[in-house]
Order: sequence, then structure tokens, then C-alpha cells
Amino acid sequence: MTLTVFLTNTFYALALAMNMFVIASGLNLIFGVLRVINFAHGMFYMFGAYIIFTVTKTWGAPFWIGVLASGAGLAVIALVIERFLLRRLYDKEHLMQLLFTFAIVLLMSDAAKMIWGTDQYSVGYPPALKGAVRLGPTIVPQYLVFLCIVGPLLAIAMWLAVDRTRWGRIVRAATQDREMLSALGVNVPAVYAMVFTIGSALAGIGGALAAPRIALAPGMDATIINECFIIVIIGGLGNMWGSFLGALAFGFVVQFGTIFVPNWQDVLPYLLMLAVLLIRPWGLLGRPELSR
Amino acid sequence: MVDANSRAELTVDAIHTAYGLSQVLFGISIRVDPGECVALIGRNGVGKTTTMRSIMGLTPPRQGKVMWKGQDIARLPPYKICQLGIGFVPEERRIFPELSVWENLDIARRPAKAGKQGWSEPEVFALFPDLEGIRDRRGGVLSGGQQQMLTIARTLMGNPELLLLDEPSEGLAPLIVEQLRDKVAQLKATGLSIVLAEQNLEFVLSLADRVYILEKGEVRYTGTPADLRANQDIVKQYLTV
Repeated sequence: MTLTVFLTNTFYALALAMNMFVIASGLNLIFGVLRVINFAHGMFYMFGAYIIFTVTKTWGAPFWIGVLASGAGLAVIALVIERFLLRRLYDKEHLMQLLFTFAIVLLMSDAAKMIWGTDQYSVGYPPALKGAVRLGPTIVPQYLVFLCIVGPLLAIAMWLAVDRTRWGRIVRAATQDREMLSALGVNVPAVYAMVFTIGSALAGIGGALAAPRIALAPGMDATIINECFIIVIIGGLGNMWGSFLGALAFGFVVQFGTIFVPNWQDVLPYLLMLAVLLIRPWGLLGRPELSR
Repeated sequence: MVDANSRAELTVDAIHTAYGLSQVLFGISIRVDPGECVALIGRNGVGKTTTMRSIMGLTPPRQGKVMWKGQDIARLPPYKICQLGIGFVPEERRIFPELSVWENLDIARRPAKAGKQGWSEPEVFALFPDLEGIRDRRGGVLSGGQQQMLTIARTLMGNPELLLLDEPSEGLAPLIVEQLRDKVAQLKATGLSIVLAEQNLEFVLSLADRVYILEKGEVRYTGTPADLRANQDIVKQYLTV
């Protein structure tokens, strides 16, 4: 492997990892606070990608408006789902929540076919980021450089919000003892609604950002939800920096696996998860539940 | 049995409370006047904690009313009851273990009623000086005494007008219990109304204005600490293990 090939692939791995981080961080946030495993997260991602297609291709709006529309669209969908349906299930067993989010997948999957049909679409790079950038001996698409910047920025923003603001302190307290938190005057259901909305908006934005580098077609939700779960589990459930590391590990394994062992491409992420779980069953940055 | 005494700030009127199928309270009625310290005493499992959880909305009563300043709060969610001026200090302390001491205080912060001197960090640290030195320590690593101070301080940050104190002396060393008694006396002196659930009779008798003795989810005796001291039969019947 030449240095150029190595650098190029490192870069593609980073871009993939950062795109995945945007999506997985939303799933992780929702699980960390609400303890709900949201199977519909992949579907939210797919809707984000479809929405940006409609907004930019059909309506001709700029790419950035499309990204915002995807985030806002999923925020609205999530808020409606949380307020009217999901909130009734917080006190129920996990199986009920799983079945519920799976039902959302089925409903939205058919809704997507009704709205967008079963054709394959593509979005293309936004005009401002169509070019290429010389990175040492290699040349890479500008848009992927942009993705590599977005990921760390989002991670830092989330870290600041959760670690350094009163809202973040309340969110962290909600993960530890929601009953006590409500006795201290905090409207915990409103906190839950906000977290579910933000986490889902991240899926929508992640889908919009992924749209230029992938083909949009039914079924794209199923792959992504598996990959997001792998990333979140590798990193440690509920741990934001864990998801960041998980996304990096995922990006590198997938990108370099495709080159070295192309036949194993689909299995590699699972092998990665298996390896991590054998060494640290609670994930890279997670902590054993007992210490809580 | 709504009391004719309209001075009462809190009137718990014949509440029945159950956890699922197991009923714990059978028509408990208590009254708290402004600035009064009322004690709920009785052995383990008689319904002291459940009475407090019912007032706070954590385990809403199935029947009966909880009147707070003329409003029935029995069906309100806990956060609204807190915002109306009732603060709960649970027996298990329930410090957020992953949050620092200061963060535990910060999330409970609520503005004081207009025109009142409110609680914020300086006042809280003046009352519990030990907390100031450990303000960056994680809640989960504090000693029992520190946790008890913090859980009271945290509730004070919400500027309650009525404090529900559940078994504050539980599991603390005698010296710490003595300090804690002084702190609660100081709080009472500020005019804060207090409902105190306790098993430690001395702790109760030195602080309370009135005492309710509970047994099997009912009030069995009401009186002043002086009445109770004079009536050793009652003490033997309901309190001695």
C-alpha cells in the first residue's frame, strides 16, 4: 500500500466516521437519557435524506436550507411521536418500547413509499463544496473535508451543552434519578421530549449530510440502524465521546476492510463489536452498570 | 375532617394511598400551620414516608385531598408541587451520584418568592460550611453525613416554604445527628414550615411543635412533645420496638 492510498483511505474513513457520528450521537443521546432503544432512528435518518432530496432537487432550495429542513422535519415528527405515543411507554417494560419503535419503522417505511415511491435518488454535492482539495500527496472531495469538520464541531458543541450548561446538568440528572429530579421542580417529561426531539433531529441532519455521498433508496434505514447500534455499543451506551470513538473505529474498519478483505466487508463491523465486547463488555468509554 | 383552622398552610385531608394493590395509608389527616414543625413518628412501615410522597405527588393519593394554601394539589405532578413551594428531602438522600456537589445544588435552583431573601450558594454554604470545601466532588463519593447535608441544601436551593424532611438522622453518627438537629432548628427559626418524619424520638421532641403518631397507615395520637413526654404509655405502645 502506497502512502497516497493509505492517506486517501484514512481520509475517507474519517469522513464516513464523522457522518456516522452525527447520526449515532442522536441515538446515543436518546438512549442515555430516556433509556429507550429507538429502532426508528434509522428511519429518521432515511427521512432526513429524502427530505433534503425533495427540498433541494424538487423545490430547488440551497443545500443548507435542505439540511435545516431535514433537521426541523424530523424534530417535528419526533415531537409528535413523543408527546402523543412514546411518553405513555416510559414506565412500561423495554419490550413494549422496542415493539413500539419497530411499529414506527413499519409505518414510516410505508409512508416513505407513498411519498417518494421506490425509485433510487441521488442528491449530489452542494455547489459550494463541489471541488477537490489537495491533501499532501492525495486529492479529496471538498464535501468530505466538510464532513470531517462537522463531526468534531458537533462533538464539542454537545460536550459543552451537556457538561457546561444548566440544561446539560438537568439532562444528566435525568439519566440518574428522574423521580428525584421532578421533586426538585424540573418538568422531566418536557426534558424527555426535548432530548428525543434533538436526538431525532440529529438523525435527520445526519441523513441530509449523508445524502450527497450515497444512493437514496428504500431499505437504507435498516443498514444504518445496525451500524449505529454497533457504534453506540462499541463506545459505551450513553457515552457521547464513546460514540465518537466508536464511529472512528467503525469508519476505519469499514474503509480499510473494504480494501484488504473485501469479501468480509459486511462482517467486519460485527467482528469489531465482538472484539470490543470481549475485552470491555461495557464498551470503550462506558462504565459497568454496577458503579452507578 | 377539614380543619376549621383557616391559618393552616397545609392540610392533608383523609388521604388513602396505595402502591399498586397494597394500600399503605388509610385516611391520614394532618395539618401544618405556617412556621410550624410537625413531626410524624411511628415504627418502620407505618406510612410516614408514604404520607410525604403523597404530599409531594410522587405517590398520589387515591382518595382525599392535599390542600396547600387553599389549593388542592393532590393530583398535580411533583414538579408543579415543588414550584408551589413544597420541598422534599428523601430518606435515601438521592444525591445525583455522577454530578458534583455544586451541580447537585445548581439543578435544584429556583427563584425565591418576590420580596423574600432566597437561598443560593452563599446562604447554603453558610449553613453547611462543610459543603463548600467539597463543591467539586462527585455526589456518589460523599459520606452519609455529607450526603444528608447536601440533600437538605439542594432542596433549600428551590426556596421552599414547607420542607418535608424524611428520616434525616437515619444512619448518621450521634455527633452528626446533633449537628443536623441544630441545622434544622436554624431552618425552623427562619420561619420555614417543616414536616419531619423520624424514628429518633429525642431528635423529634426537641424540634417539633406538634406530633402525629402513625400506626398501620392511620393517625393514632396527636399532641405536643410535652404531652407525649408525660404519656409514657403511648410511647411504649406505638414507638418502643
